[in-house]
This record gives sequence, C-alpha cells and structure tokens, in this order.
Amino acid sequence: MSFNPFNPETLLAILPELVLVVTAALVMGLDVVWPESRRRGLGLLTAGGLALAAVLALIFSQPSPDNALIFGGMMRDDGLAFIFRLLFMFSGMIVALLSVDSQGVARKGEYYAILLGAVIGMNFMAAAADLIMLYLALETTSIALYLLAGFLRDDDKSAESGLKYFLFGAFTSAMMLYGFSLLFGFTGKTNLYELSGALLSGGVPTLPVLVALLLVLVGFGFKVSAVPFHFWSPDVYEGAPTPVTAFISVASKAAGFAVLVRVMVAVFPDVEGYWAPLVAVISVFTMTLGNTLALAQRNIKRLLAYSSIAQAGYALIGLAALSESGIAAIIFYLLMYTVTNLATFGVIILAVRAIGSDEIADYAGLSRRSPGLALVFLVGFLSLGGMPPLGGFFGKFFVFTAAVESGLVWLAVIGVLNAIVGLYYYLTVLKVVYLYRSERDNETIAVPRAYALALGLCSFGILLLGTAAGPWFSWATAAARGLF
Amino acid sequence: MSFPFLSVITFTPAVAGLLILLLPAERKTEARMVALAAGVFATILSLYVYFGYDQAAGGYQFIEQYLWVPQWGITYYVGVDGLSLPLVLLTAVVMLTGVLISWGIDDRPREFFAFLFILATGVFGVFVALDLFHLFFFYEIAVFPMYLLIAIWGWVKTREYAAMKLTLYLFIGSVIALVGALAMFVAVRDFTGEASFSMLTISQAQQAGAFDFNVTLGNPFGGAPLLVTSFEKFVFPWVFFGFAVLGGIFPFHNWSPDGHVAAPTAVSMFHAGVLMKLGAFAALRVGIMLLPEGARFHLPWIVLLTLVNVVYGSFIAMTQQDMKYMIGFSSVSHMGLVAMAFTTLNNDGYVGAGLQMFSHGVMTALFFACVGMIYDRAHTRMMPELGGMARKMPFVAVAFIIGGFTSMGMPGLSGFVAELPIFLGVWRARALDVAGLPGWLASLAQQPWYFPLIALISAVSIVVTAAYVLRAVQRVFFGDLPHEFEHHVGDVTVLDKTALTILCGLMIILGVYPAIMAPLIETAVRPVLALLGVQ
Repeated sequence: MSFNPFNPETLLAILPELVLVVTAALVMGLDVVWPESRRRGLGLLTAGGLALAAVLALIFSQPSPDNALIFGGMMRDDGLAFIFRLLFMFSGMIVALLSVDSQGVARKGEYYAILLGAVIGMNFMAAAADLIMLYLALETTSIALYLLAGFLRDDDKSAESGLKYFLFGAFTSAMMLYGFSLLFGFTGKTNLYELSGALLSGGVPTLPVLVALLLVLVGFGFKVSAVPFHFWSPDVYEGAPTPVTAFISVASKAAGFAVLVRVMVAVFPDVEGYWAPLVAVISVFTMTLGNTLALAQRNIKRLLAYSSIAQAGYALIGLAALSESGIAAIIFYLLMYTVTNLATFGVIILAVRAIGSDEIADYAGLSRRSPGLALVFLVGFLSLGGMPPLGGFFGKFFVFTAAVESGLVWLAVIGVLNAIVGLYYYLTVLKVVYLYRSERDNETIAVPRAYALALGLCSFGILLLGTAAGPWFSWATAAARGLF
Repeated sequence: MSFPFLSVITFTPAVAGLLILLLPAERKTEARMVALAAGVFATILSLYVYFGYDQAAGGYQFIEQYLWVPQWGITYYVGVDGLSLPLVLLTAVVMLTGVLISWGIDDRPREFFAFLFILATGVFGVFVALDLFHLFFFYEIAVFPMYLLIAIWGWVKTREYAAMKLTLYLFIGSVIALVGALAMFVAVRDFTGEASFSMLTISQAQQAGAFDFNVTLGNPFGGAPLLVTSFEKFVFPWVFFGFAVLGGIFPFHNWSPDGHVAAPTAVSMFHAGVLMKLGAFAALRVGIMLLPEGARFHLPWIVLLTLVNVVYGSFIAMTQQDMKYMIGFSSVSHMGLVAMAFTTLNNDGYVGAGLQMFSHGVMTALFFACVGMIYDRAHTRMMPELGGMARKMPFVAVAFIIGGFTSMGMPGLSGFVAELPIFLGVWRARALDVAGLPGWLASLAQQPWYFPLIALISAVSIVVTAAYVLRAVQRVFFGDLPHEFEHHVGDVTVLDKTALTILCGLMIILGVYPAIMAPLIETAVRPVLALLGVQ
C-alpha cells in the first residue's frame, strides 16, 4: 500500500470542508455583530456556504481515478466519499433553508455553526480510511447532533431527546471503539485498507474477528437505526426541533450507511459468509418492525421515525446482497430517501407552524389550506411508499433486483410485503390530508420563499430520480465499483 | 425518425394534468377545457395510430426505444400490435367521455382531472409497453391515483374502505408479479449474459431455452425437497394471478365491485372500462406470452376459477338492488369471460378475448355513465326506489338499453361479436399439458367433454345476464315515476348526450361491422399461439 506524499494539491480534495469551516466562523462572527432583526440571514448564509462548498466540490474535488489514499492514508479520495459528501452538503443546505423561520433555532448563530460542524464531520466520515480518522469524524458528527437534538433548552421534550440520544450514542460508540481496539490489537494496523490483509496474513482466528465485527456493527447499527439499535429514534425524532429531526433522519443515517458499507467491504471481506446473512436478518427485522410499529402511530414525527427505520431496512437489503449492484442500490436508495424525507419534513415544519401540533389528525384540511404543500406531501409520501414516477420506486426496484440477482429471492419477497404495509400507513396519512376537513379550511398557510425553494428542489429531485434514474444509478455504480 | 405517436399519446394526459394543476384554483372552466382538449387530442391520435397500423406487416409497429437505466438493460420501449391497439383506442375514448360527463364536478376539479390524467398516462403506458420494467412502472402509475380519486371524490359511505381495499389488493398483486418478473430477468441474464428487460428479448431467450431448468423448494426440516418443478410452471401462477387480480379473477375479485361503487362516475368508467383490461392485458403479455410452458400447464385448471367468475358473478349481479353493485358484479362476470378465453389457447378464444376487452370497456363505461347521471339527479341508485326515468331522461334510457343488449350478447352489437367466438373457443379447447397436475384434475381436464361442459355452464350466464339487465331496465326506466322525482329530476346535458352517443356508436359499429377490429386482433393472436406451440 503506497501513500502519496503530501502535496498541497491534495488540499483541493478537502476544499469544500475548508469552505464550511470558514462559513461556520463567519456565521459565529456575524451572530455577534448583526442585530436580532437581521439574523434570519444567518440561515441563508449557511445555506449559501453549503451550496458554494457543493459547487466547489463538483469543480475541484472530483474523486481521483485511482481511489488514492490521501493525507497519509487518513482519507480515501473515491466515488463513495464524493457522492456522500455532496449528499451531506445538499441535505445541510436544505435543512438550513428549512430552519430560517423555525421556532427556537432560526436566529441563533451557534445553531447554524453546529449544523455546519455536523456536516463537516459527516464529510470526513464518508471519506475516512483509517480507524482513528473514522472515529474522530464520527464523534464530531455525533456530538454536534446531540447538541442539536437538545437545542431547545426550555422544551422538556427537546432536552430529553438530546440526553437520550447522547446516552444511547455514547454507549454504542464505546462498544464500537472497543471493536476498533480489538482490530488494532490483532493487527497493529489502523488503516482500513490494510486491516483485511493483516487479519488474513496474521492468521487471526475467525471467532475474535467476528467479535470485533459485531461490536463495530453495534455502532453503525445505531447510526442507521437498525433493529435492535433503533430504540432512540422515535423519542429523539419527536423531541428534537423539526429541522434537526429532518437532518438526523437523512444525513446521519446516510453517513452511517457510508461507513457501514466501506468498513464491511474493506475490512471484513473474508468473513462475509457470516455477516451477509446477519445483515439480511437485521434487514428483515428492521423493515418489519419499523413498518409494523409505524401502523400504530398518531404523531407524525414518530410515524416518520418508524418509517425511517423501515427505510433503513430496505437499504440494508443492498448490503446483504453483497454485490456491486447491491451497493449501488444502497447509494441510490439513500439519494432518493434524502430528498424525499427532506421534502416531507419541510412540509411538516410549515404545517406545524400553522397547526401547532404534530398529531396526524390535526393535518385534516391541509389540502384545502395549501394545495401546494399538500401536493409536496403527497409526492414525498408516495415516494416513500415506492410509487412511480417518484424516486422511491426506483430505489426499491434496484434494491430488490440486487437481492434477486444474488439469489436472495426470499429477502426480496419480504421486502415487497413490507412495502405493502408501508404503503398502507402512508396512504392513511394522505387520507387525512386530502379527505378530512377542519374548521380552519379557509386560512391559507404562508410559505416563505426559502421554504418554497427547499421544497421545490426536493420535489424536483424526487421526480428526477423517479424518471431519469439512469445517470444517477450509473454514478452510484461507479462509486460502488471503487469499493471492491 | 418518425413522429413519436405512442409517446405523445402516453404523455398527453400527464402534461394536460400538470397544466391543469398550474392553473389558479378559481379557473375551473379553463381546467375543464384543457382536460377536454387533451381527451380530444388523445382520441384523434389513437384513431390515427389505429388506422395507420399496417395489418399486412403485423407485429409491433410505431416502435420507439430509448435507453433508460443501461446497467439493468432497462429501456423506454413502446410499440403496438393488434391486441394493444383496440385498448389504446378504448382508453382514449373513455378518457374523452369521462371528461365530458365529469364537467359538473365542483369540488377541487383541478386535482380531480390531474389525478385522473396521471392514471390515464399509466394506462396508456402499460398498453404500449414492450419492456417489462416499463410495463411495471406505468402499471403502478395507473394504480395509485385510484386511491385518491376514490377516497376524495367517491361515495361518502364506503369510499375510505373501498379505496384502501382496492389499492392494497392491486399493489399486492403487482409486487408479487414483480418478483416473478425479476426472477425471469435474472434467468434470462444468466442465460444470455446480457441484462435486458425487453419483453422481446425475454421471449426469444425463452424460446431458446433460458427457462428450461428446475426450481427446487428445499424442506427446511430436512428430507426430500417440498417441490421440484420447472421454472415456468413455478413462476407462471405468481405472475398471472398478480396481474389477473386487476382483471378481477376469482377469488381475488372482491375489491372490484366495492371499488366501482365507491368511485365517482368518471373513475368508475375508467376503472371498469379500462383498468380491469390492464390486468387482463398484462396477464397475457407477461404471464402467457413470456411463460408459455407455464400457461399450457396451468390454464386448464385456471379455467375452473374463471367459470366461477362468469356464473357466480352473474348470479350475484342478479341479487343486487344497487345499480352500481349490479354493474360491478356484471363486470366480474364479463371479465371472467376474458380470462376464460385466455385459457382456450386457440384462435377463436383469443380473438374473442381481444374483442371482449374492447366491447366490455365501452359497455361498462356506458353503464356507469348512465348510472352516474341518474344518481346525480335522483340521488339514489336503489332500483326499487327508482322508476319511470325514461320519461324524464329518454336519451339515457335508450343508451342504457343499448348497453344492456350488448351485455346480453344481442346480435348486431359488439357483445355478440365478442362472446360468440369465446364460447366457440372454449368449446373447442383441449388441455395440452397435464403431466404434473394432481391426478383427478389431470384426468378431468383430459376428458373430451371437459371444455364443452364448461362452455355450456358458462352459457347460463347469458340467461342470467338477460334477466338482471331487463329487470333493471324495467324497474328504473319504466313503470311509475315516483312522486318525489316529478319535479327536481331533469334531462341530461348536451355533453352527457355526446358522451353516450360516442359510446353507443362504438358498440353498434363494432356489432354490425366486426371486420373493423377482428382481423386486426387476429394479426396479434397468431404469434401468441405460435409461442404457445398451438397451430
């Protein structure tokens, strides 16, 4: 394994992150300087910084063709890292836009700075090629997210949410760290791409490797909220400020998948006969439990929490399929899931401002109060339910095809049955939105321009992924190829 | 490159739907005008394609193919043959007449027409699909707007229940078929080494032997495997029934009358007139044409289920008091005839099936339109409460009677043209491949009287149909006009009359001049039979 010597040009690879650091500093500075009345601009500035970083990434930080390890092997400059970094910056941007009028977080510089910190952490998670780097990035992200979840200090639910998230997170993180230490202990290596060979050549018996594998899985399972490490998500989703919930539900989950896929494929290829079936089983339980419990929910945020657990289950099918097309399917699935969930949460943020409640029953009459919002909601929920011509259809299709291709027909069957259960509760919510009336049918809901932009981008993304899926899937396939 | 007729037809409704959504909410008339324009445009193009199809050349024509997802060999791939052409025309006609009779919808007409038109795009997309993925994609697009259309604009009493039931039934069916289709795709790819969802490629690979392997279901508790059977025989039922759910096949027909009843008039027309054909058509295209070995094996017993459809459906229709339920069950019965025709595996049966799909589509659309008009004015659909409607709306009475005669199979109308060959086909059918069926079923299906007996029993349905149709005509349109209807029930509008005239006209034209459609369908049936190894 050769490490490229440091050369200032490699700094271009982390140019987006540098921009984000500058943006964060700027936001903190202006927070002090600007009067309260102007601080709405902080959110727009954050969104702008993220957009700029994403554009710079597209221009200057294209993945190196040889998937080079950079910064002394700390990071890998490959397609997977590239796609996921764009994904995080996109979701950060949308969340910043969705925050500008959100109660309690909108005018606080530190909120946006922490958000940017979380995005930076995730970017490094996706690129990390070394256990140390991986852990640092993961903790950077996690601590930022704990803070964000508990950001509404005066709100008991938010405080509970932050604390719960922290306790679960710290515990699973410790388990994962123990797993890392075992791996290091067996081999004396920390680089992900040297570990596998070292495990093999060092003659480490299978059992200890499996123990390390399980411990690592606990940490990643927590991040993607896979069963049985999902318990935190409904409470955290419900209590956290809604833009933060949106962010946790998409970016944090996607980051979890990025490291999960990278570590599993890079470090444990020799025991894949063990973990692939395990992942398949976890996926079955994750889908089924998420969907089943979602049926009973009365609170929209809790419903989406269980729905997001189920969605993680579908994505895990791609990993269980253990093939290039399976990994590509995961990446596509997460792209689709990110735009979809952000659109849905965007509607919820606006609706909650007008309705003042998270209860599904209170969404009655939304289609009359704001046909546009209701339409975005419809698009988002049907995409989650896997209906064409929306992204969700292709997402599920790719995942199931990958499963059938790998001979996991049974897993695909369980997946499609789950999709039916999912469709049921998504439709139930849509029914409330479109069918029922409320006493306030005539009061329209105001949609500020920042929100309209965010929702428009996401809806467009859903339709784009649902119709012209080819190029996106090619992109995902190229990234997946770089892993093997 | 020639003009992309089929794509334009497919996307006309969707584009019109988007335009309508973009109009301001209070511009209701403009929304309706856009809808009408789209309906007229689609109908004209469909007529052009219908008469522009070269029957001498046969096969698929008006083909367009574009890459969609290259990694999986998915293409946007459309073309029409003699079986799909009448259905494309049918869809356009139902869309046009549906707009005409929905003119009066006042609750959120923008959304109504937008959802209805998304559905129409889905239906067109399925009928012209030559790529398996393409077919599924549009199939789902055709299914989910039904939920909203029924739940929002449907009949208050049952709409929530019926909409959910319908959606879940159809979605379950389609995803089960999807898994079967994925299995076919993987088998073909392993055989040819090339990923392709094109149904033509899959069919060629099938002919070359891509599916000639066995599927073994292992016993999880050890011992001998539970089931060893050929791939086609194993996959066929999943795919066939998955789609046939939408065709209303027994015992999965139960969603359909509920759905018909709860839906608003234009949606019922679409639903019974076009959507049920979608199921039958996809079962033929994907099930029978791609898995002919499976079809030869399974259809001889599936005919028994369709017999239940035909006879039981008509008897249930007989007992209904609600006109919409009556028509709903009559649809189950008539669509049963289509499925039964599929099981014949001979020319008469398949031509009859093609004709019946068109004929029944027009006829049911007409029925639902008539019932909708009566309900809008009398606010009841219960036959005992109605009467003497012919005096108030003579035009509707005439149209309903023409539809009724079609339904009974009167010569001179399209029903006769369609049903006669079906019965002939069933009479002449023979079971081709019974090895592997349970013993009693195998020996039963091999009896020379098996299919003739089925033809005889199903002919009972004609008598029953005559009974319930005539009874309905007598109770609703003749007799005494109940006093409370004397004043507030008026005649229908010009738009309604136009819609009814178009539908009646089609039934009469096809009835007196079947050569306008039958030879066309025959061009498509011949290759199907060749795949099945008949002839």
